[in-house]
Amino acid sequence: MLEHLELFFKSIFIDNMVFAVFLGMCSYLAVSKKVSTAVGLGAAVIFVLAVTVPMNWLLDQYVLQPGALAWLGAEFVDYDLSFLSFILFIATIATMVQLVEIVVEKFAPALYNSLGIFLPLIAVNCAILGGSLFMQAREIPSLALAFNYGISSGIGWFLAILAIAAIREKIRYSAVPAPLRGLGITFIITGLMGIGFQSFGGMLTGDNEPPVVEETIVEATEVEAPTTSDELNETTGLEAEETSDAEETIASIN
Amino acid sequence: MGLLSKKDAQLILDPLADNNPITIQVLGICSALAITAELKASLVMAFSVLFVLGVGNVVISLLRNVIPSKIRIIVQLVVVATLVIIVDQVLKAFAYELSKTLSVFVGLIITNCIIMGRFEAFALGNGPWKSFLDGIGNALGYGVILVIIGFFRELLGSGTLLGYAVLGDPIAKTGLYAYGYENNGFMIIPPAALIVVGIIIWVQRSRNPQLIEEA
Repeated sequence: MLEHLELFFKSIFIDNMVFAVFLGMCSYLAVSKKVSTAVGLGAAVIFVLAVTVPMNWLLDQYVLQPGALAWLGAEFVDYDLSFLSFILFIATIATMVQLVEIVVEKFAPALYNSLGIFLPLIAVNCAILGGSLFMQAREIPSLALAFNYGISSGIGWFLAILAIAAIREKIRYSAVPAPLRGLGITFIITGLMGIGFQSFGGMLTGDNEPPVVEETIVEATEVEAPTTSDELNETTGLEAEETSDAEETIASIN
Repeated sequence: MGLLSKKDAQLILDPLADNNPITIQVLGICSALAITAELKASLVMAFSVLFVLGVGNVVISLLRNVIPSKIRIIVQLVVVATLVIIVDQVLKAFAYELSKTLSVFVGLIITNCIIMGRFEAFALGNGPWKSFLDGIGNALGYGVILVIIGFFRELLGSGTLLGYAVLGDPIAKTGLYAYGYENNGFMIIPPAALIVVGIIIWVQRSRNPQLIEEA
């Protein structure tokens, strides 16, 4: 249970698809002009990731990994098909997107109308293939965790596009220097948000937090922790500063 | 450009500046940012895309009258995936360390929007030679931005270029470091790439006001 929770929050905040690994940037930039469309695309991404990551996990476990074909018989043990991952993953994704589109159209026409135009676009969204490739690279151990990973990275992406769309709606009323208008300022805001999200990295150290947590926080809010001997305390202090900076930036942007 | 007619030369030169895939068309950003902390990785990425886009454009252009339009996305994906597998295997064989650094981002060339974008917008409607030039031009435009970002991030972030210490040794305090210069650790973290791209866009659009977006 704990590993599920950990993976869930890690994928949403620390390894955020957009801010930490820059996946799905193209649609993130292209479809974030209005909050309503951003929500539609975000929901579609969560949905497709939740379906394709577990599918590709099964493929990876039972077909692609070195020795994965052992269930077919002893003579297949030596096969290593991992060089086929790209083509199989993308084929799965393209097929699933098509299938999902048909199923949703048939059984949930209302949802289909709200997602409609975004679904086919998703087959070529880097966040989707990235989800599967990272799942493979990080060797996620079980099907349930893979499902969890798919959903939570989708939610991370959803949050990112929702936030940027909201900011872009507001920023229309600000005096942005003309050459930066539109794309330029969106890049810079995303960068600033990324710096803010980096501070979530502190959640990773939660495991071996020293018992004197409260003291650390008090020290951190003052000038600089003078007696911090171990690295942990230092990072917590730094992060507290960073977060407040990032929040200020976002607040001032708003 | 004696070899190429004026129109053909434009196919290559346009994407380098005024129709740049990254800063103007907003394509292919996904992979452009994550791997630019070092110049070397940027160069390798740029060459990989050059190969995939150049060859892929020709293949799609040759097949353009055969592909039924309903399944063209799948056909395009298969073509790109095949080319990317070739790139990946070559990298793994001859530059294993580098292929570890690039990790999943080689695979993500498949969904690099530049590639699908050029297939859809150009290769499906033009002959192989023109498509080849268009592919090369766009890949170069992509590569130029990647190299610029990689150059500044590596130089300012770690004081090296392609792994060579050009500004001196930060620990032994030689070169620039003797005068109190410090590396800017900010350039190493991923969000810095976004800000560098933002600045590139700013510079480019200040120099060419035609590119400025409507408010």
